[in-house]
Amino acid sequence: MSRFTDQPSPMAQPKSFLWTRRVVLTLLLAFVLVPVYVMLSSSLKSLQDVQGSFKWIPHSLTFKPYIDIWKTIPLAHYFVNSVIVCISATAFSVILAIFAAYTVSRYRFLGRKVFTVTVLSTQMFPGILFLLPLYLIFVNIGNSTGLTLNGSRLGLIITYLTFSLPFSIWMLAGYFDSIPRDLDEAAKVDGCGPLGALFRVVVPAAVPGIVAVSVYAFMTAWGEVLFASVMTNESTRTLAVGLREYATQNDVYWNQVMAASIVVSLPVVAGFLLLQRYLVAGLTAGAVK
Amino acid sequence: MRSSSTSSRLLAATALVAALGLTLAACGGGSDDDSSGSSGSGKTADANSLKGQTITYWASNQGTSLDADKKTLTTELDKFEASTGIKVKLEVIGWADLLNRILAAATSGQGPDVLNIGNTWSASLQATGALMPWDDAAFQTIGGKDRFAPAAIASAGAAGQDPAAVPLYSMAYGLYYNKKMFADAGIANPPATWDELVADGKKLTTGGHYGIAVEGANGAENIHHIFVLAKQRGASWFDDKGAPTFTGPQQVAAVKQYVDMIAANKIAAKGNAEYVQNQTITDFATGKAAMMMWQTASASIASHGMKPDQYGVVPVPVQTAGATGDAGVTSMVAGINMAIFKDTKHKDAAEAFVKFMTSTDEQKVLNGKYGSIPPVTEAQSDPAFQTPDLKVLAEVLAKSAAPLPQVANESQFENLVGPAVKSLFADAAAGKAVTDDSVKAALTKAQQQMPAS
Amino acid sequence: MTATAPPRRTPEAGPSSGKSAAGGRLRPRIVERLRQGGLPYLLLLPAILAELLIHIVPMFFGILISFKNLTLFYIHHWNSAPWAGFDNYKAAVKIHQPIGEALLHSFWVTLCYTLLSVALSWLLGTAAAILLQDKFRGRGLIRTLFLVPYALPAYAALITWTFMFQQDTGLVNHVLHDQLHLTSSKSFWLIGDNSFWAMVIVSVWKSWPFAFLALMAGLQNIPRELYEAAAMDGAGVWQQIRKITMPSLRPVNQVIVLVLFLWTFNDFNTPFVMFGQNPPHQADLISIHIYQSSFINWNFGSGSAMSVLLLLFLLVVTAVYLLVTSRGRSENDV
Repeated sequence: MSRFTDQPSPMAQPKSFLWTRRVVLTLLLAFVLVPVYVMLSSSLKSLQDVQGSFKWIPHSLTFKPYIDIWKTIPLAHYFVNSVIVCISATAFSVILAIFAAYTVSRYRFLGRKVFTVTVLSTQMFPGILFLLPLYLIFVNIGNSTGLTLNGSRLGLIITYLTFSLPFSIWMLAGYFDSIPRDLDEAAKVDGCGPLGALFRVVVPAAVPGIVAVSVYAFMTAWGEVLFASVMTNESTRTLAVGLREYATQNDVYWNQVMAASIVVSLPVVAGFLLLQRYLVAGLTAGAVK
Repeated sequence: MRSSSTSSRLLAATALVAALGLTLAACGGGSDDDSSGSSGSGKTADANSLKGQTITYWASNQGTSLDADKKTLTTELDKFEASTGIKVKLEVIGWADLLNRILAAATSGQGPDVLNIGNTWSASLQATGALMPWDDAAFQTIGGKDRFAPAAIASAGAAGQDPAAVPLYSMAYGLYYNKKMFADAGIANPPATWDELVADGKKLTTGGHYGIAVEGANGAENIHHIFVLAKQRGASWFDDKGAPTFTGPQQVAAVKQYVDMIAANKIAAKGNAEYVQNQTITDFATGKAAMMMWQTASASIASHGMKPDQYGVVPVPVQTAGATGDAGVTSMVAGINMAIFKDTKHKDAAEAFVKFMTSTDEQKVLNGKYGSIPPVTEAQSDPAFQTPDLKVLAEVLAKSAAPLPQVANESQFENLVGPAVKSLFADAAAGKAVTDDSVKAALTKAQQQMPAS
Repeated sequence: MTATAPPRRTPEAGPSSGKSAAGGRLRPRIVERLRQGGLPYLLLLPAILAELLIHIVPMFFGILISFKNLTLFYIHHWNSAPWAGFDNYKAAVKIHQPIGEALLHSFWVTLCYTLLSVALSWLLGTAAAILLQDKFRGRGLIRTLFLVPYALPAYAALITWTFMFQQDTGLVNHVLHDQLHLTSSKSFWLIGDNSFWAMVIVSVWKSWPFAFLALMAGLQNIPRELYEAAAMDGAGVWQQIRKITMPSLRPVNQVIVLVLFLWTFNDFNTPFVMFGQNPPHQADLISIHIYQSSFINWNFGSGSAMSVLLLLFLLVVTAVYLLVTSRGRSENDV
């Protein structure tokens, strides 16, 4: 796979290009970073300052919001919930996607087209259409089998894994297509079965694609609000809905909202940025000629 | 070398199953299948049979945070458990989620045993049939209906039906005013009529300060105020059959009078049109606005650092001085009700819990902590509720408060008319004229979207 | 979110056709056949089960509900709700009646919102990807910073923007009014006409890094020889961008535009977090419009009917889009 090949420019760039680049990139950076700055500076202000008019430079700084966030709501608990739910959903989504994508990529079987089209079209389903039906199905499964899906992390995991599954299958199938079939044929000659070929040859060769899919699946689950607001309870609540609780009957604790957002975003942003090289490579996918 | 392929497949399958099993183990918790007790037939239950039962209670957010609520209530629940042996599993749910959770529970039949509801939801939730009706026999188990203030009972379900819930906390609107700002402007007494309020408001609106603050983008607040303003004109938002009557001249005048605080009279800051997160209290407590109409706000005001002696509370103004009857209504009956979920398997334990929460002693403790007024009349005489502001509000509740229309479509009313008023405020803030015609057009559109009942 | 959908080779019969290690004996061969035939389905089974449980079955359930008169009077006994026939659909499509009119309005708002957001996200993504194609100092850092909006949890980003858009105390008015004096008074962003634009700005902020990321990947695949040849022919940078870069990105663009369109059209988080459950009329996106009908007005029948119409619309748009943009491509491209 081609990673970042820092290609030198084929010819000297004209002034107009350089200036355009400077101006456009500066503006874009401002657009991207201003909210991040607001988040950071507001998280260091007292509630009174945050509620007052915005100032670029806070006139006094306090770390109190970073202490208070843990008391106002059970932030750590929500964070753990989110991490468990999102990581599990991601793991299962990716495993399922690997199997399905490999099949779609390597086999021609009856219903292949139906499968791919159906799965992809589920990506268009408005969540609002199946929120209540899904809830009722979960409750009924719970009543008849004793398996608690409603209000449990497991229910949310199963739900979220399907949210990212369609695109994950599609992406990975594209990626697998770009891996020469000779490789798995060779593995089979060496005595591997189809699954052996998948796990020993195809998967290792597709790491960037798998990482890209994982990041996508994780982010899909991480930000979901609608289903989490109905299908979780106090003990299973995730961050995406839990953060709303900084707006209480009395006050909106803006400084704490910002502080909490920063705290919970840091690990995600860091992980995301660490993986970004894979991400680009993974997305490059089937475009290899 | 078939074995290689088989083993690798086996490995993968095992890994999958193992992983799945792990999650199952990790996530299987959360079910609360407890020793299910006798679901007795509503007769006085043998106290012993209730021992060891566990009921689930969904509480609404009343205090400064969910966590604070949890601490407050847990202390009380421990007392309950100590005296009855019934364990209460508490979940405090924020207002953003509460109605959706109740709705989902009503649909699925899987919910808590006891829950708090906003009292304006009473009739709507009653219509779903998901809540246990409180007939006389049920009321007997908690000491009888007449222990409660009549206005509070009237806000617990549609007229002519058994209430769907029992009043737990009561609140009423009052006009809060900043004493110093009034003195500085040379105003001796707080306003008693709307004309006085507008006149005072104009005097107080100077130099970045405003006469009054309103929560313009908050649909529920809008509804509460236009309800009172229409009532003072003798008009209601629904007729006797429950059909909407949004477009009558009095209703139009009521909405216009409210929106004119920003529009024609300019005694409220334009920015109020987007207030939806209780910025009104902040503005009042920080001296940006000299007045506000709010329900039992002392705790919130205090949390912003304003002291009780810095402000006064009087009833919300009326149209003409000394008005009585409907014309003298100054507040909706605000409050929280407590309901029993019809599908509960622990009806007796649930009733015992409601009895505990509405007992005179508990009413004193809980309402005292939350700064609300006990709907149980006997508890109102407690010194905790004799502070100047609570005395005024209790008087309002007893004499000049009326329940919001208790009709099944109340929530659609809030959802259609509330935003209509919000966009009229937005028009006013943007400098567009708000006229009788534009108000009427907005209300007509809202009425047309009301479902036929 | 794959970058491109290139002409894929149609897979041949099976992976190990004719290379069975078991030799010529009959019985193992049949077993082998069965396994060959069954294996694809076995591998697909988990994905199919998950999709059935979460998407397909609930969708049919939802379609069923759309033919029911499921209002608050029935939700506690939803299976006894009376059949409504096509009433819910009729109410939704009667555009001269209040309900249909409101739905149509919401549809137009959503369409404008989506087209603007997708176009701007694509434009910014393309500009940034092309400008960052060549090596220069600070390029890696800028590239990393550009990805931050995509990595921030949606709620955190949205609530921050809402905070910035507050009329009296927000940053946006502080800059526009107090510092640049562009407006004569502080404008409203969370109510009234501007709320639509506020929503578009936030949506672009959230989505463009995705376009940027995918386009960056697409640029990696353009052979350098093309540029070198063009440079040899005397084409300047601008010409190279126009003649080589843009055409080569077409397959990537096809995917990005579709994906962003579907995401944005179904967007629920943005209006919900910014405006609550009652967004201003000007920002009444269809997902939240349906949410109101279902979860606030408690008319799930009507809400489901609207959802089904929305789904049909998206299916048609997607099908037409793929037909138009994939002309001449292999039919195996999905």
